[in-house]
Amino acid sequence: MTRRVMDPDDVDRALTRIAHEIVERNRGTDDLVLVGIHTRGEPLAKRLAAAIERIEGTEVLAGGLDIGLYRDDIDTRPKTELGKTDVPEPVDGATVVLVDDVLYTGRTIRAALDALADLGRPARVQLAVLVDRGHRELPIRPDYIGKNLPTALDERVTVHVAELDGDDGVVIEPGGTT
Amino acid sequence: MNHFLTTEGVSREDLTALLDDADTFVEVLERPIPKVPALRGKTVATMFFEPSTRTKLSFEKAAKALSADTMSFSPGTSSLSKGESLKDTVLTVEAMGTDAMVVRHKATGAPWRIAEWVDQPVLNAGDGAHQHPTQALLDALTIRQRFGTLDRLRIGIVGDIRHSRVARSDVFAFSTLGADVTMVAPRTLLPINDDGWPAAATENLDEVLSELDVVYLLRVQAERGGASVFPSLSEYTTRYGMTRERFSRLKPDTVVLHPGPMNRGVEIAAEVADDERSLILKQVANGVAVRMAVLFRLMGGEHDE
Repeated sequence: MTRRVMDPDDVDRALTRIAHEIVERNRGTDDLVLVGIHTRGEPLAKRLAAAIERIEGTEVLAGGLDIGLYRDDIDTRPKTELGKTDVPEPVDGATVVLVDDVLYTGRTIRAALDALADLGRPARVQLAVLVDRGHRELPIRPDYIGKNLPTALDERVTVHVAELDGDDGVVIEPGGTT
Repeated sequence: MNHFLTTEGVSREDLTALLDDADTFVEVLERPIPKVPALRGKTVATMFFEPSTRTKLSFEKAAKALSADTMSFSPGTSSLSKGESLKDTVLTVEAMGTDAMVVRHKATGAPWRIAEWVDQPVLNAGDGAHQHPTQALLDALTIRQRFGTLDRLRIGIVGDIRHSRVARSDVFAFSTLGADVTMVAPRTLLPINDDGWPAAATENLDEVLSELDVVYLLRVQAERGGASVFPSLSEYTTRYGMTRERFSRLKPDTVVLHPGPMNRGVEIAAEVADDERSLILKQVANGVAVRMAVLFRLMGGEHDE
């Protein structure tokens, strides 16, 4: 029942396109900081930064943000280990591109915006996701999308990244959320 | 983990997970806004039936950095002085709507009794001469930050081990984390029966001094009978004090810890206390982070019932 909807080449092409879009939208890389949401947004942010460096020839900072302490469902979720937050300084005045693997309800992004606000005051915040699976519960929309993926609520979308899972790819499985 | 009462019997995985979370909270405490909303809307009661300054402040700071509210309690001004029983006091506080209780009590085992009475997490902030588990966590974190691990480190705990809840908690936590622990004290201050203590014991500090990676100096506790079991403070200093001379015989990267409050000139020379290899203020700072880790572990997320 598992459906593979992106293979490693698809992921690579999507990230390359998003890298170009980020440069185009921001007219270069001045004050640009990529912040990946722990866990799988982080390697994606690093890859986007490397892709932008190849395009523009300038250094782009990338880091990670753990939002475990900012969730609105701490009471009802199973306990998970906290991750590291390592956002490049300074956040004040920067153009921060939040990077995540899957955009779903929008609650993770809401938590990430709160977490980011505690670290400083960016000039603007944009959102890049590899997959937008729909079913938003908050008024949040992405600026850069790797793939729009219409899904049913009872399906589960899983993104694999080579850095953590050995291989890139996106699969849809039956059952569960996230 | 539903309560945090002791380090005895806590697994290496659980201790390591708490220290890993504490690393995250160390970073949170260094942020421009050193506060996260994780425990918003929850209330932590700090119930210190025995006086304390640093541990109480540290727990309150930890709770507030997690956005919890705190309620405190001091025995002198409470109904305990009007004869209310411990159980009634605790149930009264719980009825006001607390979500966790931090308890210090002079009676060994009191936090366990309270944990039976209330339906919320209880954290032991020190019971008699028995356990002080968050102190052991902050000590372990401080050592781990310096050496990367406790595994195979040689740690000497020096002083009044018999009357020290810090020593007991440390011995179990350090040895579970893989350290090789030696208790150093005159026979009168070693445990009466050291069966089951995962540590070696010696009366001679100078014999082991040069092998230690960490020297943990305990406070001479006059209030728990510590002063009456050796002839004089100066004799204690002569045999067990970290003097400048002994400090000079340590390995170059050996560090010195002390739970505070220090008796300068007794168990630790003033110059040693102020040396950069003395991590005493680092311990205090880490105390807030490990207490955040324990509060978050017990109060955030679903519990394993």
